[in-house]
Amino acid sequence: MDWYPLYNSIRIAAISTAAVFFLGIAAAHWIIKLPSPVKGLLDVVLTLPLVLPPTVVGWLLLVLLGPKRPLGAWAQEILGVKLVMTWWSAVFASVVVAFPLMYRTARGAFESFDRDLTDAGRTLGRSNAWVFWHVQMPVCRQGILAGAVLAFARALGEYGATSMIAGYTPGRTATISTTVYQLWRSNDGAGTLKWVLVNVSLSAVFLLTVNLLETRQRGGGR
Amino acid sequence: MALCVDIRKKMGSFQLEIQFEAGNEALALLGASGCGKSTALKCIAGILTPDQGKISLDGAVLFDSAAGVNLPPQKRRVGYLFQQYALFPNMTVRQNIAAAVPKRRERTAAADILLHRFHLAEAADLKPRQLSGGQQQRTALARILAARPRAILLDEPLSALDSFLQRQLELELAETLDQFSGTVLWVSHNRGEAFRNCRRVCVLDNGRSQKIRTMEELFRSPDTEAAARLCGCENYVEAIPIESAVFLPEWGVTLDCGRPVPAEICKAGIRAHHVTIAGSTSPGAFPCAVSRVIQDLSSTVVLLRPENSLPGAPPLRMELDQTAWSTAEDKDHIWISIRPEDLLLLK
Repeated sequence: MDWYPLYNSIRIAAISTAAVFFLGIAAAHWIIKLPSPVKGLLDVVLTLPLVLPPTVVGWLLLVLLGPKRPLGAWAQEILGVKLVMTWWSAVFASVVVAFPLMYRTARGAFESFDRDLTDAGRTLGRSNAWVFWHVQMPVCRQGILAGAVLAFARALGEYGATSMIAGYTPGRTATISTTVYQLWRSNDGAGTLKWVLVNVSLSAVFLLTVNLLETRQRGGGR
Repeated sequence: MALCVDIRKKMGSFQLEIQFEAGNEALALLGASGCGKSTALKCIAGILTPDQGKISLDGAVLFDSAAGVNLPPQKRRVGYLFQQYALFPNMTVRQNIAAAVPKRRERTAAADILLHRFHLAEAADLKPRQLSGGQQQRTALARILAARPRAILLDEPLSALDSFLQRQLELELAETLDQFSGTVLWVSHNRGEAFRNCRRVCVLDNGRSQKIRTMEELFRSPDTEAAARLCGCENYVEAIPIESAVFLPEWGVTLDCGRPVPAEICKAGIRAHHVTIAGSTSPGAFPCAVSRVIQDLSSTVVLLRPENSLPGAPPLRMELDQTAWSTAEDKDHIWISIRPEDLLLLK
């Protein structure tokens, strides 16, 4: 059996989660300091991928990154890389759809963070960066972790935008979700079932690990 | 050496105007809730920025809108005791204290000294949520002192506690502050707490600071309704000065003040325990109808309606010994009098 889709899916989800982790935290940290009208508008823009159909996200990404578009052409010419129809194209898709989940949960955690703690750190002479990394991030750990988990799960299950921007090339851009669809379409019932089982087990193992980590954290925190 | 504050800040429809100068003393900032006390402290600490004005501490300018100076909180060396202490919940007591020590290599030693001084050695490795209220306050104070502040601001330090713990922690706090040589600003809405711990007081009335006075002066002769309220005065009524007396139109009485009344006086304040039962022939006595009697823990409160009252006039609140009330002859109609010196004349 060719395990490439499993490897490719995990690779894409891991890279996207790492990117979204930092992007989401940075966006959340930055946006809660903005005045409310700007905040509201930016919040809509940043959350939009969560409610848009993945095909719409895929189309927008094609418009942005396609080989005949400025950005795609520039990457092709200067860097010599194609931005669409490669395995890393799926990373773009996953990042965009997973981003709002990380951003919103991190933002929620930051908003419920007690401002007095920041002010206490500052009046005690510690830098804003110190307070952020040594107090705010540890205190908001649960929310941030939850955001990362959601983002990873979403990236792992991404289908719509991925199929549009990365397509389905066995051994090159195939992910679990695109493989399931392709095998089902070509009436390969056994193959479909196999990948469905892989996906279900993978997700179950993932969630189990998360739960385990959470209980250990709660137990060790006391 | 002193803390000089002269700032203005507009917050929506609320205007903050604070002006005072505190030496190396504990100065009380006394005001009703919502009068801008916390905002004033936050401006001094650098957490909020005033619109205009100047703040200096021991000669160093912390904020000066005209000169464009606005030091960040980190450079002000102003300690801030938050109402809920704001201990870092993810750190132990030791880590909380060490975090405030400026020099990295002194952290362990300085934290150890403070842990002992504040009787926290046994709690050193506990997290804030595992501490008692007293330990939390001590940790917060130790952490503030670890940063070597030149002034300490206390934002209603005892308001989050029940009354028994309040008394105990007030003593601990006072002992710690006695050993501190800089300026202490003690924000409170509790007159007793301020009186016990500070010699001088600055009253904040709806965002505006009044002239600094000693505590005794404030309690003896509050000169505005806000000050009188903070001193615990219960009765307020409109007053019209007539030479050395005031006419109280709402109650339809004229009371002798025993001194010339300045024209700017527009209200009179009367403490409930200064209202006494008198004979109908006593000078200055006036008749009242009793509208309600309330038994308090150790006294009796009687709400009175002076007989010449206008409709809608405030009742006159009298507070007296339970025995004094039980011996009163007529409990529906009484004559009462107020000594001239007990009448508070308010601007």
